[in-house]
Amino acid sequence: MEFLYASEVLVNGLMAGVMYSLVALGFVLIYKASGVFNYAQGVMALFAAMTLVGIMEGRVPFAHMINAAFGVHVENFGWTVPGLLAILLTALVMVGLAIAIEKLVLKHLVGQEPIILFMATIGLAWFLEGLGDVMWGADVKVLDVGLPQGISETVETVTNNWLGYGFFIDRLDIWAAVIAAVLVAALVGFSQYTKQGRAMRAVADDHQAALSVGISLQFIWIMVWSIAGFVALVAGIMWGTKSGVQFSLSLIALKALPVLMLGGFTSIPGAIVGGLIIGMGEKLFEYFVGPMVGGATENWFAYVLALIFLVFRPQGLFGERIIERV
Amino acid sequence: MQDGYTTPDGRQIGPVLLDLKNITLRFGGVEAIKNISFDIREGEIRAIIGPNGAGKSSMLNVISGFYVPQEGEIWFKGHRRGPMKPYEVARLGLARTFQNIALFDGMSVLDNIMTGRMNMMKASLFSQALWWGKAEREETANREQVEKIIDFLEIQNIRKTPVGRLPYGLKKRVELARALAAEPRILLLDEPMAGMNVEEKEDMCRFILDVNDEFGTTIALIEHDMGVVMDLSDRVVVMDYGRKIGDGTPDEVRNNPEVISAYLGVAHE
Repeated sequence: MEFLYASEVLVNGLMAGVMYSLVALGFVLIYKASGVFNYAQGVMALFAAMTLVGIMEGRVPFAHMINAAFGVHVENFGWTVPGLLAILLTALVMVGLAIAIEKLVLKHLVGQEPIILFMATIGLAWFLEGLGDVMWGADVKVLDVGLPQGISETVETVTNNWLGYGFFIDRLDIWAAVIAAVLVAALVGFSQYTKQGRAMRAVADDHQAALSVGISLQFIWIMVWSIAGFVALVAGIMWGTKSGVQFSLSLIALKALPVLMLGGFTSIPGAIVGGLIIGMGEKLFEYFVGPMVGGATENWFAYVLALIFLVFRPQGLFGERIIERV
Repeated sequence: MQDGYTTPDGRQIGPVLLDLKNITLRFGGVEAIKNISFDIREGEIRAIIGPNGAGKSSMLNVISGFYVPQEGEIWFKGHRRGPMKPYEVARLGLARTFQNIALFDGMSVLDNIMTGRMNMMKASLFSQALWWGKAEREETANREQVEKIIDFLEIQNIRKTPVGRLPYGLKKRVELARALAAEPRILLLDEPMAGMNVEEKEDMCRFILDVNDEFGTTIALIEHDMGVVMDLSDRVVVMDYGRKIGDGTPDEVRNNPEVISAYLGVAHE
């Protein structure tokens, strides 16, 4: 029984890990293609989730500002948009955002040091957070695009029949795992087997060489930021459905950091495996060691693990070997 | 001379393909290129030589669109070329290599060369993802072409090797392969022999001549090693301190007093 309970903890940990991986994935994409560590990835997830809720509920964007400026009182358009269509529209908004970021920020910082670009993404994070609040209001929003939630009874019954112990697993977590798997397969396929994917890898490797074979950096950057925006949207839907759309959503980005240190900043599979290890390790550590140290280990376990990795394997599990030539 | 000429070894050189008129390039107050004009004809091997810091690489960067000159006109195939981004120039059919090698280190040799054919692939993203219809035919056709180039440059045995692991001489050859894969109208080589040993230099010379001979590719190359250039090229532009001090066949250039003084120094009274 003890063993079965531990396995349940393990499975739940893996599921939580998938959610971390989803966020980490967005980081890896942008880092691979432009060498930029995008601090705003978490806020992008929040912004995407806010926009999705706003569109679904038919809220008027910038309602506060419009009301204040014109002395009117508008809140809603008075319609609701079905989930799938709203997701599509939000994806378009994220593409628009990618184009705006390229035109207004990245274009002017070509050839700058990575630290400068990093600072720019911090600015972007604050700006987006404010923009989200101004557009859709700062209240905690409920997101329901129709994903199943709650404990899966099927899993509980099946495991009960087989093992004599019912596993409690959230249906949302199962869906998140399936969606993440599809997303990763699609991304890997895209980057390995399509012309645009090859161009993306080329840009990641060497800007000058990419230009010399006729690749437009601008186009690739817009494409990559759009894809990262889409991944942020998926992460936003999952996390938003789970815990409501609110400011703390953007902080999940912090959990993605240890995931990246483990998996390596440049590897898509690394982001997945890193997320799974962190999710699993976190839950198991809490279960086995937590009681001995007074609990709440989930808050720091991931960071300590990342620290250990930084010391012994700074490139992460799947990152490119760092070779210093002298 | 209007419609070409015949080289001493009997090759027929065609009309002007690229014409540079009164090009001036400044970096702040420094004039890297001072009012230079010359042309490149269809099918010829054209060299730009000069001592270090003469502005040769700047000239090549102007041709390939990496630098935009402040003054002057560039005519390609009889049309004036407006200011263009490097990737647009590449799509026009000007492929180049770099002095300090710009390859995609993380990719295999094969993938690197395939990027050279990027602009010949037109299939939609959807059919590419499913490896279906047009995409499949396209990829196969492009692979065949790439394999031909790989054979030609004798790099079959390193096809799958990540480029980052190759020695310098081979990297240079892969870079040439990638440029060739684009089937360029003009191939621009920035010091293709720099940093090579004698044997590698001889190989590279042979490849350049073979490319010109076999595919009829027009080649413009930069080199500061006089000896190599004289054997290789049909016509030579000589630069010094951003100015053009000589232009003509290797023999004409070799006997040009200004060129001799730039290379050997002049005895001042």
